[in-house]
Parts: sequence; C-alpha cells; structure tokens
Amino acid sequence: MAAADAVRAGRLRRALDSDLFYSFRRSPLTVVAAVVVLVIGLAALLAPWIAPTDPFDPSSLDLMDGKTPPLKPNEFTGHTFLLGTDDQGRDVFSAILYGARISLLVGFASVVVSMAIGIALGLLAGYRGGWVDSVIMRVADVQLTFPDLLVALMIFGIARGALPIAAQEHMAIPVLILSIGIAKWPQYARTVRGVTMVERGKDYVQAARVVGLPAGKIMRRHILPNVLGPVLVIATLGLSLAIITEATLSFLGVGVPPTSPSLGTLLRIGQEYIASGEWWILFFPAIALVAIALSVNLLGDWLRDALNPRLR
Amino acid sequence: MTEPLLSVRDLTVQFPTRRGLLTAVDRLSFDLAPGEVLGLVGESGAGKSMTGSAIIGLLEPPGRIAGGEIRLKGERIDNLPAEAMRRIRGRRIGMIFQDPLTSLNPLIRIGDQLVETIVTHTDRTPWEAKLHAASLLEAVGIPAARARIDSYPHEFSGGMRQRVVIALALAADPELIIADEPTTALDVSVQAQIIAVLKDLCRDKGTAVILITHDMGVIAETADRVAVLYAGRLAEIGPVADVISRPHHPYTRGLMGSIPSLDGGRDRLEQIPGSMPRLSHIPPGCAFNPRCLQAFARCVAERPPAYRADASEAACFLLDPAMSPAEAAR
Amino acid sequence: MTIDRNAPPLLRVEDLARVFDVSKPWLARMIEREPRRFVKAVDGVSFSIAKGETFALVGESGSGKSTIARMVVGLIRPTRGRILFDNVDIADPGRTADVARLRRRFQMIFQDPFASLNPRFRVDAIIAEPLTAFGLMSDRAEIEARVADLLKLVRLDPADGRKYPHEFSGGQRQRIAIARALAANPEFIVCDEPTSALDVSVQAQVLNLMRDLQDEFGLTYLLITHNLAVVRHMADDVGVLYLGRLAEVAPTEELFARPRHPYTRMLLDAVPDLRPGGRPRRAITGEIPNPIDPPPGCTFHPRCPLADDRCRREAPGYTRDGGARVACHAVEEGRTETAPPAAFALA
Repeated sequence: MAAADAVRAGRLRRALDSDLFYSFRRSPLTVVAAVVVLVIGLAALLAPWIAPTDPFDPSSLDLMDGKTPPLKPNEFTGHTFLLGTDDQGRDVFSAILYGARISLLVGFASVVVSMAIGIALGLLAGYRGGWVDSVIMRVADVQLTFPDLLVALMIFGIARGALPIAAQEHMAIPVLILSIGIAKWPQYARTVRGVTMVERGKDYVQAARVVGLPAGKIMRRHILPNVLGPVLVIATLGLSLAIITEATLSFLGVGVPPTSPSLGTLLRIGQEYIASGEWWILFFPAIALVAIALSVNLLGDWLRDALNPRLR
Repeated sequence: MTEPLLSVRDLTVQFPTRRGLLTAVDRLSFDLAPGEVLGLVGESGAGKSMTGSAIIGLLEPPGRIAGGEIRLKGERIDNLPAEAMRRIRGRRIGMIFQDPLTSLNPLIRIGDQLVETIVTHTDRTPWEAKLHAASLLEAVGIPAARARIDSYPHEFSGGMRQRVVIALALAADPELIIADEPTTALDVSVQAQIIAVLKDLCRDKGTAVILITHDMGVIAETADRVAVLYAGRLAEIGPVADVISRPHHPYTRGLMGSIPSLDGGRDRLEQIPGSMPRLSHIPPGCAFNPRCLQAFARCVAERPPAYRADASEAACFLLDPAMSPAEAAR
Repeated sequence: MTIDRNAPPLLRVEDLARVFDVSKPWLARMIEREPRRFVKAVDGVSFSIAKGETFALVGESGSGKSTIARMVVGLIRPTRGRILFDNVDIADPGRTADVARLRRRFQMIFQDPFASLNPRFRVDAIIAEPLTAFGLMSDRAEIEARVADLLKLVRLDPADGRKYPHEFSGGQRQRIAIARALAANPEFIVCDEPTSALDVSVQAQVLNLMRDLQDEFGLTYLLITHNLAVVRHMADDVGVLYLGRLAEVAPTEELFARPRHPYTRMLLDAVPDLRPGGRPRRAITGEIPNPIDPPPGCTFHPRCPLADDRCRREAPGYTRDGGARVACHAVEEGRTETAPPAAFALA
C-alpha cells in the first residue's frame, strides 16, 4: 500500500513539475479560461441542484411571470429573477444551466465519436499505407469538400427518416451526437495518419517489428500514445466547434427537441424578442455560449503551443 | 609572438532554463595566430559548436555570453551591436556549417548567392563579383564552374554543395573561417576531398581556421594546434602532433586510446569509464574527476588551471609543479 | 576463440536483391510522360556467416548496406534471392510459421539509440518487450529478475529500469538497446551502424561490450558500418559494398593487408592516419553516382584508375584470389599494378 502511495505521490509530483503545468501557470489567460470552463462545466453538471427552478417542468411555470426583466420584481407576481424570464415565465438562469448541460453533453460526446473514428481510421491508413490509405483518405477528402454543417444536417436528416416517429423524440440527442461526430472525423484521421506515418518510420517501431509484435499491438502500444498529444489539441479546439455546430443546428430548429432545449434552442427562442425589447432572453444564453466556446478555444490554443516542441 | 588574430579570454556562455542557469562554455581562453588552423575537438555537448557560435555572434537565444571577451585583431567583438556584428560576419569571419543543404538557399542560383555575398561585403561591382564567383567555384574544384554558376543547389551532389559553401565562406576574403563539422555529413571518400580544398585555399589566402569537429582524423591532417574541450572547459591545448602522441590530460589520453585504428588487430579498445556529465550535473572541481583513474582529493575540491607541459597546456593537477610527490604517487 | 571454418554457416545469403519503386505517383507520371523508375538498392549479394563470427558489411551511403540488414531481420521483403538462417529460407513467404519460430533467434541493434527506444516507455518495459512478445515469460517477478540481469549484463544498474530513455546518455541508451536485443537469448544479432551516432570514447565502450557479449554467449554478428577502423577491431570477415553489389569479400586480416578491389584500396586510403608523419590520406576522385541511374558495366568504372573498355561495357563476375572473392576485371586479368592508384595525393 505504502509503495503504491509513493508511486502515486511521485506521479503527482511529476505532473506538477512537468513542462506542461509550468507553461500553464505562466499563462494567466489560460488559467482564467480553465476556471471559466470549470465553473460552467460544474454548474451545468450540478444544474438540478443549483438551478432555482426546473425550467422544463411545465407545472412549475407561471405564465404570469413571463418576460420579467433581470433583477426587477415582476409587476404581477412580485417574483424576482436573476437573469429575468422568457415569454413562458421560464427562469433564464435556470434555462442556461440546463441548456449548457445539453450543449456540453452533445459537444463532448460528438468529439468522442469523431475522435474514435478518426484515430482508428487514421492509424490504419498511416500504418498500412497503400490502397487502404488511399481509400480512407479519399473518402476523407471528399467529405472535407462539404461544410461540416451540411454533412451533419444530411446525416441527421437520413437518421430521422430512418427512425420510427415514436423513437424520434428520445433518440434525438444520440442522433445529433452521431451526426456531428461523423461530420468531423476527417480532421482527426488526417492528423493521426500524419503522426502515424512519422512514428512508423522511427527505429523503435522497427525494433518492435523485429521482436515480432503484431501490427495491432504496435499501433496500440507504440503509436497511439504518440498520436494522443496532437489529437487532444484538435479535440479541445473541436469541442468548441462541436458546441457551436450543435447550437447552430438547434437554432435552425433541427437539433434537440424543444422539450429539452440547449443553448442553441434558447437563442432561437430569444431572437424572436430582440426587436420587442426583451433583450435578456437572447443576451444571456448568447454570453454563456460565447464564454464556453472562447474558453475552450483558449485552452486548445495553449495546449497546441505547449505540446509543440518547436515553440518552446 | 605576433599579435593574435583572435583572442578569446574567459569566454562563458550560459543558458537560463527554468531549472537553473546552465553553463555550456566555462571560462574558455585561447589565441589564434593569423593563418593558423586550430582544431576544436570534444564529444557532443562539450561546448565546441557553442564556442563557434559565440565567436561569430550567432548564439541561439536564450543562450548568451555571460562573461569574458573575444577580440578580433585587438578589437572587442563580443559586445558589438547586432548591425556591426553583421558586417563582421561574412566580411571578416566566414562560416561553414555541417549540413551543406541547409546553409544554401535552395531557391537561389549558387552564382547569385555568391554574387550577393561578394557585393554586400566588398566594393566589387556585380559584374566583377560574377567573375570572382566563377573563379571561386573553380578554386574549390567544381568542374565546369563557369557553366554551372547558374545552377541551383539541388543540382549538386553533397560533396559539391559543401564546396560551394566553402566558396561562399571565402567570398569576401575573410581573415578567419569557422568550420563547424564541415565533413560530418559527407561520405568518407568525399571527406578527404573537402578537407584538402579547405586546407589548400586557406593556406593560399592566409586565412585562419577554427575547425570544429569530433573527428580526430580530420584534425590530425588539417590543424596546426588543437584544443580539447570537456564539459565546456578547456582540457588541453597544444600542437597537434603533441596532443595526439603525447597527451598530458588524462581525458585526452583516454580519448586518443579509444579511437580504433586501421593498424590495430582484432582486440579490445581502451575505454574511458562513464560518460560526459550533463550541463546540469557538472561535478565540483575538475569536471573529469568522476571518470579519471588518477583523480585525488584536490581534483574534487578545486578546478585545475591550465598548466604548461612541454609545448602544450593542460588543465590537470597532475601537472602542477608544486604538487607534493605523495599526492602524485597516488 | 577458434572457429571451425568447415561448420555449416548460421546465415547464408544467396543472390539477394531488392528493387525499390521510386516512380512518381501515377497521375504525375502520366502528365509528365515519365516512365516508372526503379532503384536496385541491392543487386545479387551473396555471403555467409559462420556461428560465433562477425561479418562486416562496409560501404558508403547508397551502398545498400542498411537495406541488406533490414531484409535479413525481415523488415523489408527481398525482390529476389534467399536468406538461409540455420538452413531455413526466412525470405520464403511460404514458410511464415517456421520464420515466426526462428525470429526469436535473431535480433537487431539500430544506429540511433535516440530513435530506437520508445520515449514513452520505461526502460524495464522496453527491455521486457521481446520477453512478452515471444511469449517467453509472463510472470511479473520472473520478468523483473530477467530485466535486472540484462541491465547488469550491459553494465547498467538494475535500478535504472525505472527510468525513461531521455534520462540516459547516448552510450547508455545503446546499451539499453543491446539489453533489449539480448532479452530473448538470440544467437544472431544484426548491428546496423551501432556506434556511428556515438562519441569515440563511448564507441569504445559499446564495441568492447559487444565483443565481451559475443565471447560470453557465442553470438554471431552481422555488422553494418561505414567505419573501416571499427571493422578492423570487430570483424572476422568483411564484405565491401558499392552501389548494391559486393565489390570484395575477404577475411579481415587479408583485406587490410592486401586490398584487391580498387574501391577497397581507395576506401582504405581515405581513412586518415592519426600518427604524425604517418601515411598521408589520399582523396578519392569523384562521388558515388545516383543509384537510380548507375553507370553501365562495372558501376565503379567512372572513379576507377584501372578502368578500361571492358569495365565500361561489362559487369564483372567474381574472381577467387586467396581467401578473397573480388568483382573486378582488372584483378581477374592481373592488370593491378602494385603502385598506389592514380588518385591525387593530399598535400
């Protein structure tokens, strides 16, 4: 037990002592971004406990509370809301917490999907080369000529068409995740293929081949760990893009069902009131979306620079 | 002795890292006479390339000269502003790098690269410069030089490219050439050709050369004197024949013994135990003491100065004339 | 160690050849109307190594020496020829089952110890890889003990197993690579320029270690190098490669005492002599031609002082001369004068 503890303590010390942590501490902007992501992430995760109301429970809504401005008591009910309410009397603050939850879930999950597809195909293409490589990369090239959004829309449409009406409602989020995930795999595959080809030529991979290690094991044990660094960078940058893609789809009305709105859905609802003076219904969800996307992007930028030996 | 062309005194090059200040070159001193060829040898990390970069003012930041001075014909050049140093580089000090591929611009014809250097550093007109460029290429042994002056670097083989680099370094008739591993990237059979060209040209023009290499063979046939570096410090300096056949520093002795020769049989080589310390872990006292079979208490306590030994100088307490016989016996 | 010269060789390479396709992509070829281009990296190489001996292949860049090394350990497939290890053709695609079994018995040491060790693995995991890959051991304690033994064998501290490769110097890393190569108790090790990335004082350590291990375990080495002095210290027999062909094969003593092929002589002349007042080194004229477009006849003829019309026309076969096998018309015809070759001498 003591030995295991010592190993763990050693790991922690190494992590705190690492170049990565050092460059993290030296970049105040990155620290701020990390704090923002952490706070929003935690708030979204803990929404059911933090949020003052459950905005999707129709029984808790009072239409009389509708369109209450932030921090002003409602003229009929006297209720005060931190960020105001929308037309249905929903608390905007609570809606943002729940909405961020959906946005982050879809973002994370779709990044995992594209990462899994991209890593698998990229490793295969880079390691095997030849026609396997040609086929995979040509497919990726063709897909890259279409905008991500269009591809996601197409996949989403096909999936909706294929599913029975009854299943559509509760399958909406998994379908959305798959569509965005599949729309974005080529970036991952390209990067992974490049790194794989470089690593494959290195002598330590040749040494593993001489030892008779099967190709799958070489890819997993030797090449995959080297691929993860750059993949982590695109995954982080990709997370904010995936969140925005989800918001765009929901804004267009094809994303998540209105019963469980994401930040994008809130934006769609809010934009109807921008002209009539209820600015807060649009403004606060938009700020939340921008804060998440920007912070995640900043983290990604830092990670890219920190992992790039040439910039150090 | 005439005034030295180049005089390096207590040169210290340091690198700030987040784990502390690393000293890559540590109080290095040597002189170079006009027209002399000085070999700078040492293992990787000994500080030989760093010394060359410091002299020519091309240290990669964050590396910097932290102490000492460098004088070219008595004039200090280690603290010159960048613009003044740029004028000295190429005009008065030429440079030859290890890899001829990276030291030539692949997109510019070699003739134009030569002409550009000549026009920048001398008062020749472009037309004169072109004639001079052709004669330089001829001098470095490029066949059909006049016809090939408009070729691009990739049209030359490795050996021919290194000849072009030599021509480029010599273009403005500098007083000193710093050649950093000029033959390491080349095949054995081409190495000898390049060394011959460099040596002959510099002798004809009276150019002094600092030849940085890890290859004692190249030093043996080219250099007049040789300086052996170890962990950024001078271990031994002396006439090349003396350092090779009568080395005084235990490190130099071990180094010479470990070089396999064509005359030996199929037998064991001499070897120095251990390896050179990293810059972050240089031991106190003499940097060589953990590997030295003759080390004694004083070697761990203080750093030896350079002692005169025959025509050489070596930084080893074994050569201290004041050393007690009891200590020497150990 | 005495060697029974009549014993069957452990490795026999017969008429080995490898052609690389260096054509541009199909589309580019069609547009530029260029034919496909091939490089004969290795062309009809034969040699054999007796058990417990060291055979050195020397050559300059482009001679095909590394390609041969990689074919012998199975990293590259030969285009033609046989590689017989213990009388089994390991280049025969029909015998993959036998080859998999034999693979444990041969290993490789690479040139650059900074590239041949996975930077993300701990040293003990690197050394243990052959043990688990060949299914020799699975018990953790057993593997640990074996790794510790191997580290001691290459003069490192067993505690070093817990460190990562970047914590070691070049020489120490090459010793880790040697420990990995020895892990599965091989009989035959291909050493591809094992010391050319190392400093001289460290080179001596590694070469001495290789010699000691050879004596201790009766190892057989195929040594790939460009350094003739290393060959002199390590090898029993030498093959001199030029543009993918063996110019000369001879016992080491004989090759250095009486080099026959004009290329061998030039190579020897090009090695600098350290002794003051020693033999001046002679520069070889010319450079190695582009292997895509080698000269006709004997590929060495443009640089050869003895070349005549026959050399320019016809590729030489092998002539036996004493213990040596030489591919040279001049040697065959007895045209070799004893005077030094007509290369210009260094001042």
